Amino acid sequence: MSILVYIEHADGSVKKTSLEAVSYGKALSERTSAGEVIALALGTISDEELARVGSAGASKVLHVADEKLNAGVIQAHADAVGQVYKQIGAETLVLAKSSLGDAVAARLAVKLDAGLVSNVAELPETADGYKVKRSIYTGKAFAETTVSKNHKILAIKKNAVDLKTDGADASVEKVDISIDASNFAAKITSTDKAEGEILLPEADIVVSGGRGMKGPENWGMIENLAKELGAATGCSKPVSDIGWRPHHEHVGQTGVKVAPTLYVAVGISGAIQHLAGVNSSKCIVVINKDPEAPFFKAADYGIVGDAFEVLPKLTEAVKAIK
Amino acid sequence: MKILVCITHVPDTTSKIQFTDNNTKFDKNGVQFIIGPYDDYALARAVELKESLGASLTVLNVGEAETEPTLRKALAIGADDAIRINAFPTDALFVAKQIASIAKENNYDLILMGRESIDFNGGMVHGMVGELLGMPSISPVMKLDIEGDTVKMAREIEGGKEFLEAKLPLIAGCQEPIAEWKIPNMRGIMSARTKPLNVVDPVDSEIATDVTTFQLPPAKGSVTLVDKDNVEELVKLLKNEAKVL
Repeated sequence: MSILVYIEHADGSVKKTSLEAVSYGKALSERTSAGEVIALALGTISDEELARVGSAGASKVLHVADEKLNAGVIQAHADAVGQVYKQIGAETLVLAKSSLGDAVAARLAVKLDAGLVSNVAELPETADGYKVKRSIYTGKAFAETTVSKNHKILAIKKNAVDLKTDGADASVEKVDISIDASNFAAKITSTDKAEGEILLPEADIVVSGGRGMKGPENWGMIENLAKELGAATGCSKPVSDIGWRPHHEHVGQTGVKVAPTLYVAVGISGAIQHLAGVNSSKCIVVINKDPEAPFFKAADYGIVGDAFEVLPKLTEAVKAIK
Repeated sequence: MKILVCITHVPDTTSKIQFTDNNTKFDKNGVQFIIGPYDDYALARAVELKESLGASLTVLNVGEAETEPTLRKALAIGADDAIRINAFPTDALFVAKQIASIAKENNYDLILMGRESIDFNGGMVHGMVGELLGMPSISPVMKLDIEGDTVKMAREIEGGKEFLEAKLPLIAGCQEPIAEWKIPNMRGIMSARTKPLNVVDPVDSEIATDVTTFQLPPAKGSVTLVDKDNVEELVKLLKNEAKVL
């Protein structure tokens, strides 16, 4: 009996959200006496990097080094994870929500005849059945969900547990499996991805701009503050609709949902659809010249003032404390 | 070419979310229900494909009788016929099994739906249907074109996009900017009244997950305002009080 954690990696490093999933698996195993936490990585990545996954709580990392898995082909990843899950006799699969993780989890729920819960916000309660708290209505509510299947898949939200960093290095074992060619029916022909940027859905700090920024030419101020904070940049829906910023930066109900420790909103009024995308943030700072902007009601800290004056000063003030 | 679009019947994005019956039921009081915004993108793209490729377009919802106005709206937007699976959509696997069962009977070439519903946000149904039918499932898809039997797609990934190609049949979970939402015109609304809406009994499916209770997030305390000429104070608060820097 064990917990398998599917981990994703990019540019040679295991994603932080995946390390959080490992820590979730570890906390889950302690709570439910569920045995070993085993991580699974697919595609090319170094043994040293995989051993580091131990710090987050895995005792062992299994590695399917097949380079055909370097691309995130959904069916192929689902097939590989399913095979390994069965091979090791796991009872629970944990993974971080992501564009690939969600897609893989859904197929695995059918493959493994498992109860799947997505947007998991906390560790399960197991005193009376198996109950998992998940976020619904785009963060506007939670649902306590009972899982009645023996096999369980938990797709966890960012910040569902604290990242553990004190574990010993994990042992890394290569696993050979054969994946039927039919699983590569959908071919990834190319990717167009920002290099070296902090990715918005995974960022610990996010700085977002709205129409109050008056035009794309003023985004340098948002980027400067983001750079000082080590933050990703986002925007409101109108801003991506007008084309000032790319769609993948749109934060909100129909865009990216973020859960950073700090969310800084500049020149965004705070429409309910935008708030839905940010309400899982630990701390929200709002900068807006309109004191009546609804966003102030959802904020922890606020500054009523002109973004063009406040942003450069704030950037300097952040620089000063480093 | 046969296209199936699966839609959800969900509260409008501006709805205040509340619960009744000891937090076991969604409070529908004063809530307006709409076609899921992501499903609406899928439907809009399907209508474009129907027009350019001469395809047939069926729209499906798993829901009780109250969802029929939502299906009629999809007919008004351009679907040819509608199927309502007469059941409460208990969980993603239940819904996926209903869709897969209809899809097996009708051999659709393309099955589209939103990347996720905006009530439960699971984003799981397309992948489950794909696995049940042994077809590729791609999500979230922001661009989808068909050339012969090849589908060319762009999928949103963290920090950018990925371009894919696959053969029909396949399933896609859609999002903007795949197409612009379509608003039904008067002719569409008139013709929707007489288009077929077939009610089908659900197939059996065991329950894998079940919601026991709902909760609202704790109320937010009041905002701490900092003077615009004293931004250093804000940085101090973030560092020492909120401990987020």
